[in-house]
Amino acid sequence: MASIADTAAAPSWYARIPLAWWITGLVLLFMPAFAGEFVLYQIFGWTFILGMIALSLMFLAGYGGMVSLAQMSIAGFAGYMVAIFGDSAITDISQGWPWYVTIPLALVLAVLFATVTGWLAVRTEGIYTIMITLAIASAFFYFTRQNYTIFNGFSGFNGVLPPQLFGVDWRHPVAFYYLTLFWAAFWFLATLYVSRAPMGLALQGVRDNPRRMAALGYNVTAHRVAAYAVAALPAGIGGILLTWQSAQISPGTAGIGPAIDILVIAVIGGLRHPAGAFIGAFVYVILKTFALDILVVLGFDGERFNLLVGLGFLAVVFWSSDGILGLWSRWRTSWGRDRLRFPGRRTP
Amino acid sequence: MRTPGSFSDRLTATGTANALELRGLSRSFGALVALEDVSLTLRPGERRAVLGSNGAGKTTLFNCITGDHAPSAGSIRFFGEDITGFPTHERIRRGLRRTYQISLLFTDLSVRDNVYIACRGVLRSRFSALRPGRNETVMASTEALVRLVHLETVIDTRVSELAYGEQRQLELAMALAGAPRLLLLDEPAAGLSPTERGELVEILAALPDHLGFVIIEHDMDVALRVAGFVTMLHNGRIFREGTPSEIENDPDVQALYLGGPDG
Ligand SMILES: Nc1ncnc2c1ncn2[C@@H]1O[C@H](COP(=O)(O)OP(=O)(O)O)[C@@H](O)[C@H]1O
Ligand SMILES: [Mg+2]
Repeated sequence: MASIADTAAAPSWYARIPLAWWITGLVLLFMPAFAGEFVLYQIFGWTFILGMIALSLMFLAGYGGMVSLAQMSIAGFAGYMVAIFGDSAITDISQGWPWYVTIPLALVLAVLFATVTGWLAVRTEGIYTIMITLAIASAFFYFTRQNYTIFNGFSGFNGVLPPQLFGVDWRHPVAFYYLTLFWAAFWFLATLYVSRAPMGLALQGVRDNPRRMAALGYNVTAHRVAAYAVAALPAGIGGILLTWQSAQISPGTAGIGPAIDILVIAVIGGLRHPAGAFIGAFVYVILKTFALDILVVLGFDGERFNLLVGLGFLAVVFWSSDGILGLWSRWRTSWGRDRLRFPGRRTP
Repeated sequence: MRTPGSFSDRLTATGTANALELRGLSRSFGALVALEDVSLTLRPGERRAVLGSNGAGKTTLFNCITGDHAPSAGSIRFFGEDITGFPTHERIRRGLRRTYQISLLFTDLSVRDNVYIACRGVLRSRFSALRPGRNETVMASTEALVRLVHLETVIDTRVSELAYGEQRQLELAMALAGAPRLLLLDEPAAGLSPTERGELVEILAALPDHLGFVIIEHDMDVALRVAGFVTMLHNGRIFREGTPSEIENDPDVQALYLGGPDG
């Protein structure tokens, strides 16, 4: 099992990475050599973005036992901040500040938003955490839809583009693919790393045994709130990239539907390991992109897409409480060569 | 909840102050009075046994001292500082430690990780995002604590795979993390084999002289070997206090406890 001793005694960290991970990494790195622009931009770009937002939920729910439905709102909030302080087609509102001000500012404000959310939510447990974060998510949705002075109401902002940094057009499919891959890989590895650092261990301790953690000197409430603050970073970056991908942000981006989609993604993938967030996102994007065509080919109404996602969700949860990763790890174990390691334990 | 005292408060609080001073401590659960008007003083380094039949209020007394339960009335001073309203973690950071009657361990983690979490908890870096380095002092103190309770052969074993006695020893190691100033030990010997009891007594006797503790123990032999003074609780009240021999020879105690139906 994973332990802090791993870090202390590991002779070479790369020797412990399973072969499957090397292959996945290489395939992703050279994807533009054989994949078309649609696959790069729509399938993988979107997967990485949703994966990062689901990762922030995985961090809170998997390690911290706190199921937050507000992660999509935090992502959307960061997207809005970039549109409001930076450039958009809505020149009356957008301030046009340079990217090196707007992006850090958007992330700082997203962390603040998450801290307030966490501060409200950590006083509750289980279903009540879900309810209070859902309330925050719907409050955010209705507020952005009704507020025209700052959030431009129903239509939101269009023409929100990434900066032309290093002379690269970051919305070009290949550039956007690498941009999203970079941040997805960064947050994936950072989450893995932190899970065995004092921050992650403390969070898992707070999840399993808050009373014991307090008796060891940990301020349980403060750690929970801090986890919300930290989780705002991958969500916020995901939200900014999502805004750039479609060049727009509007209330619907972070409505109740997308908030629940993030939960579905995280649960389908598996909450025990950061890889689950990206596996779930990939399955979701594939379904969302192709289910309509498949359904039409089979003679069904294309609108039934959500039914397919719902059935897939049911099937995964029915067969494995740890999502696709749980199925995978059981399959590997049954073949006696499980090398993917899962720190932490079954989540609520 | 009151905010913890200032640094100067704590500075003046040390020195001649008592390690623990309970004044009129009471705690009720609904109509049940689990603890009533308990006053108790412990000098620094003092080792005290708390005796009493099941339901006497011993664990409730510990829960009030650590802040798991707020007392219904009374005050708690720890090395001179009034900690009555402090949250648990603030009390722990001041050097108070406890073990649990029913082990509260992280069963999915290794022995090393459990002790490591305990060592980190009382450090400022308890929420660091950086993994510990190979030569970090916390790693060394973790291993030293594991050796102290003779668990070095199972240091990388998952806690759920440990024997019962080993889990009790791990409880003790976690309570010794950092710089403890007072230990509250809730029946550490319960369920141990005679050999394990002997080891426990040795470990407790070998603790540094300045480190006092309160030990709840049903087994008079264990209690009387490690503690110099005994407090007997009955129905939530202090029934007798005295040296081990005074308590052992007290006819009321004998009637109530030693010779009693569940003695
Ligand atoms: N959390 C609680 N809620 C209700 N009653 C409790 C609680 N904790 C303890 N009690 C009651 O208080 C009394 C004293 O319990 P306890 O302190 O655990 O006794 P001891 O440790 O001496 O065996 C018992 O009657 C017990 O049922
Ligand atoms: Mg008890």
